[in-house]
Amino acid sequence: MNFHAIRAIYLFEMARAGRTLLQSVVSPVLSTSLYFVVFGAAIGSRMADIDGVSYGAFIVPGLIMLTLLTQSISNASFAIYFPRFTGTIYEVLSAPVSYAEIVIGYVGAAATKSIILGLITLATASLFVPLQINHPLWMLSFLVLTSITFSLFGFIIGIWADGFEKLQLVPLLIVTPLTFLGGSFYSIDMLPPVWRTITLFNPVVYLISGFRWSFYGVSDVSVGISLTMTLVFLVACLVAVSWIFRTGYRLKS
Amino acid sequence: MNPVISVSRLSKTYASGYKALKEIDLDIRPGEIFALLGPNGAGKTTLISIICGLVRASEGTVTADGHDIVRDYRAARAKIGLVPQELTTDAFETVWATVTFSRGLFGKRANPAYVEKILRELSLWDKKDSKIMTLSGGMKRRVLIAKALSHEPQILFLDEPTAGVDVELRRDMWNVVRGLRDSGVTIILTTHYLEEAEEMADRIGVISKGELILVEEKTALMSRLGKKTLTVQMPSRLAEVPASLAPYALTLSADGTELVYSYDAGEDSRMTALLQDLAREGISFKDLRTEQSSLEDIFVSLVKDNR
Repeated sequence: MNFHAIRAIYLFEMARAGRTLLQSVVSPVLSTSLYFVVFGAAIGSRMADIDGVSYGAFIVPGLIMLTLLTQSISNASFAIYFPRFTGTIYEVLSAPVSYAEIVIGYVGAAATKSIILGLITLATASLFVPLQINHPLWMLSFLVLTSITFSLFGFIIGIWADGFEKLQLVPLLIVTPLTFLGGSFYSIDMLPPVWRTITLFNPVVYLISGFRWSFYGVSDVSVGISLTMTLVFLVACLVAVSWIFRTGYRLKS
Repeated sequence: MNPVISVSRLSKTYASGYKALKEIDLDIRPGEIFALLGPNGAGKTTLISIICGLVRASEGTVTADGHDIVRDYRAARAKIGLVPQELTTDAFETVWATVTFSRGLFGKRANPAYVEKILRELSLWDKKDSKIMTLSGGMKRRVLIAKALSHEPQILFLDEPTAGVDVELRRDMWNVVRGLRDSGVTIILTTHYLEEAEEMADRIGVISKGELILVEEKTALMSRLGKKTLTVQMPSRLAEVPASLAPYALTLSADGTELVYSYDAGEDSRMTALLQDLAREGISFKDLRTEQSSLEDIFVSLVKDNR
């Protein structure tokens, strides 16, 4: 294992986030805080409790998940797309590193940034709404697992994209709508039966549900299913990444 | 002496069907400067890219210091440094950060003293904290060399190292390359500047249409394929070349004051006979001038023949 290479890629990516602190940290935290202010503190006080949880507190796991998903994808996709765009990828491809080491470096850094952002968002939320975390270890597990899985997904998008527009396509047009419709702001039990069934095809439902359970002990679907679905998506991403490196898709001719 | 790079029956056909390389066989000797010459699209960059792991070969094998570049890629790549043709740099990074990154990427423990040594040798030390985007083209090229050298490679590939570099800096770069060779690094360079190959290379390889059409010692090549001309300047006009001098195939200049004799670089001995025959014909001269064809002339002739 080339640990020096993994470290070099990881630190390089973390340093990039440090240079763009405003874009990397301040901007997502600010936008999520606005959700807390509007939906949590302002409107939330006039909303009924859901499953015994105040509305402001109810939406916290979903909003953290929204941050995790979008930031994991955006960090990882940009990290691998930018060297492809500028041509500096030649150095990584000609270095004595295995594909697994490249992925650990890039995805590890993207996931770390997302986890940090998720924790900052959580800390910010606690300023606006009363929070409780019934299962802190599970909460951290979901946080880490989701960050890694969606960073892998972002890495795949970064390889697939052949322009900055495509890079934004999946996070904006697929992930954000799925997160909003995946129970971030409501329990799917509140939906009519037909829509509830349709919603169960949305994979983000399982992520938010499992994550919310770790906070309040309530969930739309069982925690076991949530965990299984997250792991299935993780394995699917790993298979896709392995195929990319085996075939050299968009990396080597 | 075992070759430091050994290329055997290497072919590359791209997905479009274009055959970029056709059964290339090539051995690079340790410690030499090998210049790979060829017109645009000849396959130089494809060959380098395969050896460095950027492009997959369709057929054939390559070893670097005895290590197969596919089966034993870690050991093979650790021996190689690559300076690409394009100025591909991390614009927002500092010189120090990007060179340190390269060293780590190639599996080497951080060594600030070594990085400092490279930066000083490449006259980059005073720019170590500058962002790469603020550097001139020549300086960026040096940064790429520093990155390629950061992991102490035995073999250095320089793909068009002085493209877009002014004459002074180009000569400066040549000194850097010679210095690297003197320190034991084997250098393989592609270049469009034939003067560069003539100045620096120990051996020359010419590639055309994906085929390696020639590999030879530079001096032997220039002696074998090089042409020399002897120009005899006469004090008075000559109406025509005497018939007795016909075997020399002399050319008389339009104004009749110069006789030009062309001969192969290895046939200097005939010059004495020519001068004696001129004297016998009563042709005196006021000046003699010899010229040798450059590597560029040889290259153009070789590539033209391969068309």
